[in-house]
Amino acid sequence: MNFNLDYSQILLMPQEIGLLVVFVLVFLYDTFMPERSKRYTALFSVIMMALYTIYCFCMPIVTGEAFGGMFESNTATWVTKNILNVGVVLVLLQAVKWTDSDFVSVRRGEFYELTLLTLFGMFLMVSARHFLLFVIGLETASLPIAALAAFEKRHYESHEAAAKYIFTAIFSSAIFLLGISFVYGLSGSLYFKDIATAIIGNHSALLIAALAFVIAGVGFKLSLVPFHLWTADVYQGSPTAVTSYLSVISKGAAAFSFLVILVQAFGAAYSQVWEWMLYALIVLTITLGNLFAIRQRNLKRFLAFSSISQAGYIMLGVIAVNVMGMTSMIYYVLVYIFSNLAAFGVIAAIERQTGRVTMDDYNGLFKTNPWLAFTMMLAMFSLGGIPPFAGFFSKFFIFVGACHQGSIAIYVLVLIALVNTIISLYYYLLVVKAMFLRQDDCVIPTIKSHWTERLGLILCVLGVIFIGLISCIYAYINGSVDAIGAMFSAIQ
Amino acid sequence: MEIFNNILIYFVIVPLLTLGGLALCHNRGIKAIRTVAVVGASVLMVLAVWLVSIFLQARGAGDTSEMILRSDVLWYAPLNIHLALGVDGISVVMILLSAFIVFAGVFASWKMNPLPKQFFMWFFLLSTGVVALIPMYLLIGVWGSGNKNYSAMKLTLMLMGGSAFLMLGLIGIYFHSAPEGQPLTMNILDIAHNDAIPHGWQNVLFPLTFVGFGVLGAMFPFHTWSPDGHASAPTAVSMLHAGVLMKLGGYGCFRIAIYLMPYAANELAWIFLLLTGFSIVYGALSACVQTDLKYINAYSSVSHCGMVLFAILMFNTTAMTGAVLQMLSHGLMTALFFALIGMIYGRTHTRDIRDMGGMMHIMPYLGVGYVIAGLASLGLPGLSGFAAEMTIFFGSFQHTDMFHRVLTIMATTSIVVTAVYILRVVAKLLFGEVQDEHHRTLTDASWEERLSTATLILAVAAIGCFPNFFINIISSSFEPVVKALQAALPML
Repeated sequence: MNFNLDYSQILLMPQEIGLLVVFVLVFLYDTFMPERSKRYTALFSVIMMALYTIYCFCMPIVTGEAFGGMFESNTATWVTKNILNVGVVLVLLQAVKWTDSDFVSVRRGEFYELTLLTLFGMFLMVSARHFLLFVIGLETASLPIAALAAFEKRHYESHEAAAKYIFTAIFSSAIFLLGISFVYGLSGSLYFKDIATAIIGNHSALLIAALAFVIAGVGFKLSLVPFHLWTADVYQGSPTAVTSYLSVISKGAAAFSFLVILVQAFGAAYSQVWEWMLYALIVLTITLGNLFAIRQRNLKRFLAFSSISQAGYIMLGVIAVNVMGMTSMIYYVLVYIFSNLAAFGVIAAIERQTGRVTMDDYNGLFKTNPWLAFTMMLAMFSLGGIPPFAGFFSKFFIFVGACHQGSIAIYVLVLIALVNTIISLYYYLLVVKAMFLRQDDCVIPTIKSHWTERLGLILCVLGVIFIGLISCIYAYINGSVDAIGAMFSAIQ
Repeated sequence: MEIFNNILIYFVIVPLLTLGGLALCHNRGIKAIRTVAVVGASVLMVLAVWLVSIFLQARGAGDTSEMILRSDVLWYAPLNIHLALGVDGISVVMILLSAFIVFAGVFASWKMNPLPKQFFMWFFLLSTGVVALIPMYLLIGVWGSGNKNYSAMKLTLMLMGGSAFLMLGLIGIYFHSAPEGQPLTMNILDIAHNDAIPHGWQNVLFPLTFVGFGVLGAMFPFHTWSPDGHASAPTAVSMLHAGVLMKLGGYGCFRIAIYLMPYAANELAWIFLLLTGFSIVYGALSACVQTDLKYINAYSSVSHCGMVLFAILMFNTTAMTGAVLQMLSHGLMTALFFALIGMIYGRTHTRDIRDMGGMMHIMPYLGVGYVIAGLASLGLPGLSGFAAEMTIFFGSFQHTDMFHRVLTIMATTSIVVTAVYILRVVAKLLFGEVQDEHHRTLTDASWEERLSTATLILAVAAIGCFPNFFINIISSSFEPVVKALQAALPML
């Protein structure tokens, strides 16, 4: 391995560099532009981010390893980062009007800068092939989110959310670090590939404990049951823009890096062990997430539990340990970004103007705001996995990917997941029922949404309707994962 | 695109175009809305008749392939999923049936209130058949009557539950669709020719798929959505759903469950024969004690749809021919029933037969229509029910063993019970004492109601008088299935 710092290696991370450029531009704009131009900071960041995203889609994919193999850029990481970029553009777009509001506008720039920084951390997580770099990415991704959660300074819940988030983040990092210190002690390396070869034949209980700690640490990030307890409170208390960011982008990045860690570091020797651990986690996550979601009246809490159970579905792509599973997982994240952001976009638009977020507030919404109600309905149906929306295709592919592994246990798991789909449909329909079927005396008045919110929602709706029907999107992801399909060959 | 040369794709495109046309209409422009809806329905009707003539020409020219008008577009290359179209005789007559019912349904909901535009939009979306669940939920929930919220939720969740079983079944079939080393496929004909599903797997997958489709076909004990759902749904929706969509259950059982897994079909048929046999008698007996007109018809549907599945499970050409005739006959007859009930309900505002009487004098046209539908239902020669049930029981009795004989005899008793509940309603509703003086002032059917019912009555009579025309179209579809079943028989 080449440890001499050759600066040309940095060229292997063009996406990170591009993101930093966007970050610096936004920072400079926010700091040095005259006061009256600052209200365009939001639009400026969205446009820069969108241009950067388009640029990443157009430029040829750069592959290779940097920093002695700590950092790897390959086709799959490239595509994953592109998808995360798309999600971030949508989140930022939906937040434009919110950052214009009275108490937020003074710190408008910070929102965009911090969001871009966490995204940078997630990029490192996705590309890390060494546990230290992964931890750096994890922390870079976590800490700014706590600041973001506390963004609504005058709201008590926002502080509570930030405090809960930071404590959970620290706690989970501590567990994770304990896990990798065990791993380091047993294998003598923190490179995923070295660990994989070093622990073959080593059946010590300490290693299983280390594995459990690593899974628990990332499980906190993904809010898998039983590591989910922070989720609902943080989602409810944070500003909606932050919640939507937390629910899709952060989850997508964590899921991808989770898969890489499990397959590359523990795949060769310990796939049997972590597959069973993950099996139990998936069953718990999907089922409990669903059952708790039924009881929620606050829509942000409701979507928090829904996102917990969705994380369980995403994990089906991990447990599949094959190319189809990984493709389906990335595809699932993409679809989930669009569906969930459509739902959060509606919630944010309504909350911004009326401050109302409970399900009963949405009674009769169809009469006053037909388009918002329609968008919300599409989002709910897509999350519930009803054909012909994108959510159906993503669920179908993730089930096919899991079943591709072939064991009876996986078929049982898919059956459990399918039964849960029906439960989830019930509570998603509750929202539709409130909007379309219920009547109320104090219906939310007709809302004049800002054009940025509308554009964001239109993009989400188009995504929800067409991502499933246009097969080349799946093929694009599949092609990128196929190129690194060799990483699954080591699995027993 | 080559696929647009295929007439079949237009059965999806025309409803979508109609939907688009409706969207352009003004909310209160009821004339424009009606015009667009009628044009859409008429075009569908013309297309369906055209399709029948194309099919007959192809068969007349000696084309004996299983499906004609096939087109095949590769959709999801990584999974080898194709967008494949094709019709056999059964689907041709089903398309004809649905065109008739959509046509009659448009006229039956002529005076729809409130939101006629949205109603017709969802109705045409439902008629594409691709997107069934969502329109059903909203159509029942918004435009339904009675305990509509409960019914809509129950129907949606139960049908979704069925689809969940089905999805697992289909994924299982997919992974065993080809012998080792050949590409997996989802094409029904290819899977049937490969005949590669191991027997053990067939025994697992057959119940999953059969129950999955059985839920849609209202098989006991999964029928409970049907009475509630149909009783609450608005007229045209009951017509389309009971008339066409429930038949897809029967078709799916035949085309997928039995055709692809003949071994398990032979082995497990007895379980489903018992269930469907029970459905037939149970549905008929339940109809005897109901007092709500729609519930009577809904339970009668359970009985008649049970007969469809029962006949399919007899595994011989005669009974299967009867099953398809019964699909047609029941589809038209039940649509006629629901249309008439809707019209009576629109005048009397009650569906309870205890509150009505003497309708024959007050509205003779509707009364005669009801008697004709009733006679078709109890199997009077010359109407569709006779041709269908006669063929079914003739085919069932070809089995010489005790089990089939006893079941057949039990099932035939339902004919008597049907006569009881039909004549009970006719006697009370049409010829009984007038219960409410206000009813004497009611008017008879208007021209659009006459048109709607006359279309269906003519079709019912056509099947009754010229069953051979329809048998000619459908008969060629059964041979491959029966052959596959017989080939699997010695392996038991």
